[in-house]
Amino acid sequence: MTSFISHLETQLRRKPQQTNSTRISLPWVITIGYLSLILLLPLAALITKSLTLGMGEFWQAATAPIALSAYEVTFVTALAAGIINGIMGTLVAWILVRYQFPGKKIVDAVIDIPFAVPTSVAGLVLATIYSDNGWIGQLFTPFGIKIAFTRLGVFVAMLFISLPFIVRTVQPVLLELEPEIEQAAWSLGASESQTFWRVILPPVIPAILTGVALGFSRAVGEYGSVVIVASSIPFRDLIAPVLVFQKLEQYDYNGATVIGTVLLLVSLVLLLLINFLQQWSRRYAD
Amino acid sequence: MLTKPKISAILLLIALIYLSLLLFLPAIAIFYEAFHQGINVFLTSIDQRNFWQATILTLIVTAITVPLNTIFGLCAAWVIGRNQFRGRTLLLSIIDLPFSISPVVAGLAIVLLYGKNGWLGGLLASLNIQILFATPAIVLATAFVTMPFVAREVIPVLEEIGEEQETAARTLGANDWQVFYRVTLPNIRWGLLYGILLTNARALGEFGAVAVVSGSIVGRTATLPIFVEQAYKNYQAEAAFGSAAILASIAALTLIFKEILEQKTRH
Repeated sequence: MTSFISHLETQLRRKPQQTNSTRISLPWVITIGYLSLILLLPLAALITKSLTLGMGEFWQAATAPIALSAYEVTFVTALAAGIINGIMGTLVAWILVRYQFPGKKIVDAVIDIPFAVPTSVAGLVLATIYSDNGWIGQLFTPFGIKIAFTRLGVFVAMLFISLPFIVRTVQPVLLELEPEIEQAAWSLGASESQTFWRVILPPVIPAILTGVALGFSRAVGEYGSVVIVASSIPFRDLIAPVLVFQKLEQYDYNGATVIGTVLLLVSLVLLLLINFLQQWSRRYAD
Repeated sequence: MLTKPKISAILLLIALIYLSLLLFLPAIAIFYEAFHQGINVFLTSIDQRNFWQATILTLIVTAITVPLNTIFGLCAAWVIGRNQFRGRTLLLSIIDLPFSISPVVAGLAIVLLYGKNGWLGGLLASLNIQILFATPAIVLATAFVTMPFVAREVIPVLEEIGEEQETAARTLGANDWQVFYRVTLPNIRWGLLYGILLTNARALGEFGAVAVVSGSIVGRTATLPIFVEQAYKNYQAEAAFGSAAILASIAALTLIFKEILEQKTRH
């Protein structure tokens, strides 16, 4: 009985607080309502639609030769772009953090161009300067290398779109790295390559991997720049997002749903991976 | 080794060549292609009905989307930054979803929801409301892809400033609106502006999601980024680069404002 009364008392004491939180629940309503309308409802429609197709039909469409080839072009090219940018992006972050050179501020600002410029503008200009007689493309033409309208064009577009993710993830970690530690390693007799591999690189690796995963995730979903810079021929340079678009254009809604669901699942897995990597880098930072 | 002058110079050179191939030369090429035949060619190339309609549509869509996502972003930031509850991390991840979902998949999901056989498609058709291949779908698609920016920028600022000032204001008798307007807003203003800036840039430039839901009907549902692609496909390189140069200038302005705001938030 006493416990009941004391329970009642705490309930009563809590009461003003509770009214307080219900009174200002408008942000809650807006957050959940808007999120449901704009994001969750469409995604639910996509998932339900793919569930109504049945396992057999889904599997058949998801593993059709044209789809498999599109996954291969998308994922392998995006991975290659991620790895190259893992190296080059880290190098760019390094020169921005450690070296002084004229125009450094401009170089730093330019890194964000792929974030700021519409993807169709990126596609247009990459297709132009990497074409056979474009500014950069003509350097490769004598060697019989075509870039625009081939899979190499897809690769260049993915390099472009993913670069800032790596640079901007690695840069803050390098900033925190103190040059004194490298000097200490030197003075203790470590060779230059030992200093790099054993002292500089290890604390930066989680950040590099996070950046590569973010860039890869972005490159896998990229549509605008690739659709312009590639010829989008099946089994050659057709990527999965463009395949979704083509299927919609042909009113093949089921086919589009299947490939779209596969892409959605991949991005969810990547999101989990990125969360894990970010937690890992945070643990490293502490 | 990485600090010796000779190696430093080589590393710097490699990085700058890489950036030139990927970023500098493309950035210069946009403006070169748009203006190398003189300003008059640029002006006549874009002075066509389709360009102006694309511009107006882009501005309308941005003018609707940015305020909507700003209000949502502020509410979501308050919910996440000022409350502890189960599923908080999950909610944060859900808000982040548009960053990892392909714009084409976002567009597809909207098509399936509002299409003829979609959940809302039949209802809206009977009410004679056109969503797909019209401005509402473009707004929905743009709102989808630009949703996380404001919340993402405001949450860390809210968490950093803490609740003390707001509690103090409330104790002194301020109502919720006064607390928000007089205490919270001034504290988060730079982060908020930063988020709005990013939302605005992405809203003006979204291509993939809009291309899927709009049907890209030239002169009707084509936004400026879609006009760029259409003009290029129709061998109107001047018009394509003319409008691309305008979009790139907006991007350049965005980066300048971004730099200013970053300095304001760093202080």
